[in-house]
Amino acid sequence: MAAGKEIRTQIKSIKNTQKITRAMEMVAASKMRKAQDRMAASRPYAQKIRAVMHHLAQAHPEYRHPYLQERPVQRVGYIIVSTDRGLCGGLNANLFRQLLRNLREHDANNNAIELCTIGRKATSFFKRFSATLRAQTAELGDAPRLDDLIGTVKVMLDAYDAGEIDRLYLASNDFVNTMTQRPTIEQLLPIAAPEKDEDLKHHWDYLYEPDSKQVLDGLLMRYIESLVYQGVVENIACEQAARMVAMKSASDNAGNLIDELQLAYNKARQAAITQELSEIVSGAAAV
Amino acid sequence: MAMTLHVDIVSAEREIYSGAAEMVFAPAEMGEVGIAPRHTPLLTRLKPGEVRVREPGGNEQVFFVSGGMLEIQPHVVTVLADTAMRAKDIDEASAIAAKERAERALADKTSDLDYAHAQAELAESVARLRSLEKLRKNQGRG
Repeated sequence: MAAGKEIRTQIKSIKNTQKITRAMEMVAASKMRKAQDRMAASRPYAQKIRAVMHHLAQAHPEYRHPYLQERPVQRVGYIIVSTDRGLCGGLNANLFRQLLRNLREHDANNNAIELCTIGRKATSFFKRFSATLRAQTAELGDAPRLDDLIGTVKVMLDAYDAGEIDRLYLASNDFVNTMTQRPTIEQLLPIAAPEKDEDLKHHWDYLYEPDSKQVLDGLLMRYIESLVYQGVVENIACEQAARMVAMKSASDNAGNLIDELQLAYNKARQAAITQELSEIVSGAAAV
Repeated sequence: MAMTLHVDIVSAEREIYSGAAEMVFAPAEMGEVGIAPRHTPLLTRLKPGEVRVREPGGNEQVFFVSGGMLEIQPHVVTVLADTAMRAKDIDEASAIAAKERAERALADKTSDLDYAHAQAELAESVARLRSLEKLRKNQGRG
């Protein structure tokens, strides 16, 4: 019965693993719900600031902000949002794969690439990549706060202001539903001007206090920050959803494995008993 | 019926207030502003202070904001409140911290990379051991 004992210990260890994956699945499910709430809570701000931007596009400010102006592209910047931990299926891998495709295109066009990573996975992945890593943030936890991101975003905005990058993208996962997360790469800067409404076209402008440059600076900076913040919050919801699904399939696989091993164990046990019986019977017959 | 304004107060992390008001007072950068319906469009920054909303019933709601942006359209007032204390030097300091983290991550070739490397090696040697064991078992039986 040596084989039997071996199988039994194997079953036990798989059962232990299954317990862990099942617990992780449940934790991820409850965290996902909270992350989704947080995602919904951050939406009004983004909507409102977008509405203000829309109004602004109808107005006729005398000052044209550099964030709204296209310029020839020589260097591009990416803000990459990833998770801190693994065990969340192909979430990060899918994003990185799409990103690499984009980066290679820029490479082919001889555009220099500057990166800024949020989350430990992106940092360790893009460290090996032949691009400059400008800034990095990790360990934001389940409830990231805007303050944690301000510095990271500012580095890239400063680079844009200084003309060190001509375009800025945000790469993160879009939460479609629990089963689907879509990697997306979105252009942050220059801000694509919203379409003009025909009925609002008559000439008007805001009063700016203290002046249009300072007000626009503040507004556009907050706009970019809110987009990045939303990307981060959404990515956390994606992470939890992906982890839940991955852990569920791991638990299921463990169950299948246990069933198979149990069958093998039973067969081995039966074979051993049969063998013993036949030995006894033949022994008795010989006497 | 008295004219009212629609007021939205939002911060990046959540919605704070949304509703009708007769009058809104906000701490704009150039001094406190009182906003009645049909105010001219205005865009300004806010100082830390309180935003007071006088509701149609006459009672007043007070919200503290630590800064932000204020947009006024004739019938809509939007307060984009900051959740964080913003000051040029605070922002600068966190930007420098983010840069330093990036430099440290680049310099720190040992931790993550080696760990991943070691893990891959471990997985490979475990697989090799397992196949060796299997081979030995089969030979033992044969």
